[in-house]
Amino acid sequence: MLAPSLSAVFFLLVIPVCFVVVYSFWLRSPYGGDIPAFQFGNYAKFFDDFFYPSLLIRTIRVALETVALCLVMGYIPAYFFYRTESRFKPFLMILIMLPFWISFIIRTLSWINILGDSGLINHVLMKIGLIDSPFQMLYNEAAVLMGLLQYLLPFMILNIYVSLDGIDKSLTEAAKSLGCTEWQAFKEVTLPLSLPGVSAGCLLVFVLTCGTYLPPMILGGPGNDMIANLIFKRIVGTLDWPFGSALSTILLGLLGVIVYTYNRYLGINQIFKSLQ
Amino acid sequence: MGKKMEENLDRMMDAYREGKVSRRDFMKYLGIAGAAAGIVGGPFGMARKAFGAKSITFHSWGGSTSEALRKYAFDPFTKETGIEVIDAAFTGMDTFLAQVKASYPPGGEFNLAHLSAVYDYARYKNLGFNSVLDESKIPNLQNVLPKMIETLRAITNGKLSAVPYDYGQTGIAYNTKYISKEKAEKLGASLLWDKELKGKLGSWGGDFRTNMWYAALHTEQSPNNITNLNAVWNALREQREMVKKYWASGSELMSLLANDEVYATVAWSGRVANLQAEGHPIGYLAPNNTYSWMEYMYVLKGTDMSVAQKLLNFMLEPEPAIAVAEAQKYPPSLDPRKIDMPKSIQKLPAFDPTGTLDGYLFADPEYWNSHQLEWTEKWDRIKAGA
Repeated sequence: MLAPSLSAVFFLLVIPVCFVVVYSFWLRSPYGGDIPAFQFGNYAKFFDDFFYPSLLIRTIRVALETVALCLVMGYIPAYFFYRTESRFKPFLMILIMLPFWISFIIRTLSWINILGDSGLINHVLMKIGLIDSPFQMLYNEAAVLMGLLQYLLPFMILNIYVSLDGIDKSLTEAAKSLGCTEWQAFKEVTLPLSLPGVSAGCLLVFVLTCGTYLPPMILGGPGNDMIANLIFKRIVGTLDWPFGSALSTILLGLLGVIVYTYNRYLGINQIFKSLQ
Repeated sequence: MGKKMEENLDRMMDAYREGKVSRRDFMKYLGIAGAAAGIVGGPFGMARKAFGAKSITFHSWGGSTSEALRKYAFDPFTKETGIEVIDAAFTGMDTFLAQVKASYPPGGEFNLAHLSAVYDYARYKNLGFNSVLDESKIPNLQNVLPKMIETLRAITNGKLSAVPYDYGQTGIAYNTKYISKEKAEKLGASLLWDKELKGKLGSWGGDFRTNMWYAALHTEQSPNNITNLNAVWNALREQREMVKKYWASGSELMSLLANDEVYATVAWSGRVANLQAEGHPIGYLAPNNTYSWMEYMYVLKGTDMSVAQKLLNFMLEPEPAIAVAEAQKYPPSLDPRKIDMPKSIQKLPAFDPTGTLDGYLFADPEYWNSHQLEWTEKWDRIKAGA
């Protein structure tokens, strides 16, 4: 029964990853060809020059900021879906999924029309006389975070909602009947029980942020590139597949350690529940 | 697919028809054969073989460029020869080269491509993806600007792997609402370092050459022979502090200029012509030694050369060449001394009415390609603020 799935994983995931790892030991010819070799020069290049680790550090920092933003902005709607008895709940849930129906590139580009110098916000602010010249909101880290938030927020909401939905509401009622206020019941009962969903959402958002390059490319300014932008440039721009592969392997290793640690202590099955 | 595998498949098919092999075993064999063929580069090769000489692939920029070629070259070509031209769009030069390199055998899945820049012509040759054209089969090559042909010949030992098709420049676009023509012409390349434009400058982030080229002009050096590299890097560091956005695509460039996000930036002459045609107040400045380049129809190794040459001859007819030029706003490679050019072509930025291309400075492929990795890495650092 498992054979087709395992075959797919083997051929479509394991073998390509092995190719990437093998490439990371090769050399680039002066014109962009590949020279088979077994050497660690590509890894040494990464660790010898702080420019490359600094990009990885920046990526992790931006990923953590994105996780924090998604958590704060995602918990509230997830909790609302859990509590509401509204007959519009299925419709509201569809609204959460709605952005996925539009191309990610289009969604990211649309921020230019909203945040740009002649975009909607600046246009309105200048029209009503609040500002004289456009307020710069684009091409900085805040704009990148905005793009990432828009992309990843639904993943966080769904993970938290699935976790909340599994909590028996009578537990909260029991806590209140024993003297807890609404806030205390949430803090002592609902919040702890929803933590598996929170942590699954955090992991998913973190991993996806580390691997994305479009928001920094479209909404970022000078100095907002992340590690995935560098990998793209090395693989496509300079045909330096060996060094690009080494960068990918390092990122993969880092994310692998994080996922392993998560799975060791919290269990990765929570993510799959929300994706179902 | 190897002959032996074909024989085995035929034998298995016969056995299945005769009931000697179960359907499950037959399907299993097909699967194994398919996978084996896939591992040695089969599926696409088989598809190519299936099409045989009945089709040829052409990769280009898509949009109005492909539409013009379809109407004036591909459809008449198919009508005359019965050979279909399968055209597809690529997203950029680097991406396409990465695709070609990734295909197996490298270059084998692609036939013709509308490529840019002389240094890329050299890169394809150095990676072994080049073919050799029989110029006697392309009589319309006689109408092409000699300087463009000679530039390519110099790279491929006197032979051609492509026919030049159009040319353009990466000059400076500036918003005439905020920058006067007099000021732009007075400053030249140094307009891109004008402190009054801090926060309103743009540049092409994806190409170290363009940025270094203009930094060389700003520091009064020859772009094809930079003697003081530190001056170039320092100029780029200084410029970075004033740049609002390093753009990544032509559409982004147009959006930045059209929406007043940036007032001055390096820009492709055809994109500037498009903005001007749309009524935007964008001026075009081509300082001395402006970065010039050409586009060409490249034939990749493994292509059926007789079909490719026949198609190239169709594409070099004045009608399709001028239609493509009007669509993408880049002058055609046809010599205006031999072919009458309409007004629409004569007024394009970068058009050379003399047909000599004297004063048009192209990037020296050997010089730029030999430093590509080192300078890209340096440029990435500067762009990142390191």
